[in-house]
Amino acid sequence: MSRERGVIIAGAAETDAVGKLPDHSTLQLHLEAAVNAVADAGLTLRDIDGIATVNAPGPMQVAHALGVTPAWMDGTGVGGTSFLLHVRHAAAAIRAGYASTILITHGESGRSRVGATPFPRGASSIPGQFEAPYGTTGPTSTFTIPALRYMKEYGLTHEQLAYVAVAQRKWAARNPRAMFRELITVEDVLASRVVAWPFHLLECCLVTDGGGALVVTSADRAADFPKPAVHVLGTGESMDAPLISQMADFTESKAFRLAGKAALDEAQISTADVDHMMIYDAFAHVPIYGLEALGFTAKGEAGAFIAEGNTEPGGRLPLNTNGGGLSYTHTGMYGMFAIQEGVRQVRGEAAAQVPDVNISLVVGNGGMFASSGVLVLGRRAR
Amino acid sequence: MPANAAPAARPAAARPAPAKALPEPTPETQPFWDGCARGELVIQRCIDCGKPYFYPRPVCPECGSTNVEWFTASGRATLYSYVINHRPARGFEAEAPYAIAVVELAEGPRMMTNIIGIPNTPEDLVLDMELQVEFEQRGDISVPVFGPPAGEKTS
Repeated sequence: MSRERGVIIAGAAETDAVGKLPDHSTLQLHLEAAVNAVADAGLTLRDIDGIATVNAPGPMQVAHALGVTPAWMDGTGVGGTSFLLHVRHAAAAIRAGYASTILITHGESGRSRVGATPFPRGASSIPGQFEAPYGTTGPTSTFTIPALRYMKEYGLTHEQLAYVAVAQRKWAARNPRAMFRELITVEDVLASRVVAWPFHLLECCLVTDGGGALVVTSADRAADFPKPAVHVLGTGESMDAPLISQMADFTESKAFRLAGKAALDEAQISTADVDHMMIYDAFAHVPIYGLEALGFTAKGEAGAFIAEGNTEPGGRLPLNTNGGGLSYTHTGMYGMFAIQEGVRQVRGEAAAQVPDVNISLVVGNGGMFASSGVLVLGRRAR
Repeated sequence: MPANAAPAARPAAARPAPAKALPEPTPETQPFWDGCARGELVIQRCIDCGKPYFYPRPVCPECGSTNVEWFTASGRATLYSYVINHRPARGFEAEAPYAIAVVELAEGPRMMTNIIGIPNTPEDLVLDMELQVEFEQRGDISVPVFGPPAGEKTS
């Protein structure tokens, strides 16, 4: 397949605020983010000819509310990583000539639940029949289940798991928009209340309101925008199982591994080329699985790698530099915020800016290790 | 439902105990639930490649064959992984904190379940411990749960 026609992110912005926004509906969060991203690109909504967002409220509702009649639509909804897949699909659409300037939006009233769509899970669905009867209560009680198996197989300690939250709080402390900024210790994490053992409250993501949006277009227009172009150098998507009980291997993420390999291969880079990384962190074990699946450490070593300080400020692999879902924000479908921070780092405009980021690697998660999209973002065209 | 739309509070005594979520069988899963009603763990395997699998579906996930059959599994399993959930789902209030576990059947497939007959504590729930299927009646439907093999119950 020809990759000759490069694709860039020309505009990227979040809602004016993230956190507790009871005066914003889900749709309003989409629209505010969309307007901000289009302005960030120096464009107007009349320039948009393609739209992608998750299936609720859906691309038609968002486009119509903005007065856009798209020539291309994508409603891929595979959980919180969906927006990374939208970037991948948008790149393909631009290369195919289906659209030239594509808007990708996220908005979610995850905390305030204003105008939010109920989470669908009927009693006759597969999870409704084979998981819900056992008292599942959403991600805190399901996404977390593989961790004990990993701990037994690879010797990850409770202290190492807790340290993931400690490391990310160090980044959040540098980000004025982060919901939690006060430094914490392993003891603080282990003293926070148990939510779903072995997970404590501080090892679980926030629940917030917010949104973000992107404008994706072809790289031949890279000089036309006010902000530095962020090149989409590689993309990947894959899946594991839609039910946590059916995850292929509880000690590794097949979706991260396959999507990551596709993205790194397309970008023709190795892990040594990565200056900055985002891994969707709904819970403290997810960055551990992400580092191993993408090949940054050997299997079983990522917990120690984080505990040794490699991913925190001053470390050799800056990870989740906005503070992540654990400390920055987590609306429910966090993937858009991981992309936003990758874009900011490549542009050089992040709150906790890492020096000289040429390559940012963004690893998204959907569902409970169910799906993944991965993006390689770069300052320069390949 | 938003809090402000909740019905007016009734006296606690008049309020029925909230029920646990009940599965609603579909045509392709009905033999599994019929098996549970008889006290048997009935799952599927591929006639062509021999792979046993769960959850019920008409296509072998190993080789893609639709030449599949139902069979009665041994009911023996080992504890593969779990969490102890401190924020109970509806109907689980009295049991909290309770384990949401994944067991590995002797035949290979894994399934989610609850653990009965053992205190649901990190000390008592040891990964790879042996378990045996039992069936819990909930309304009109029987749900498979797992406990220690006969004669080994501690609570």
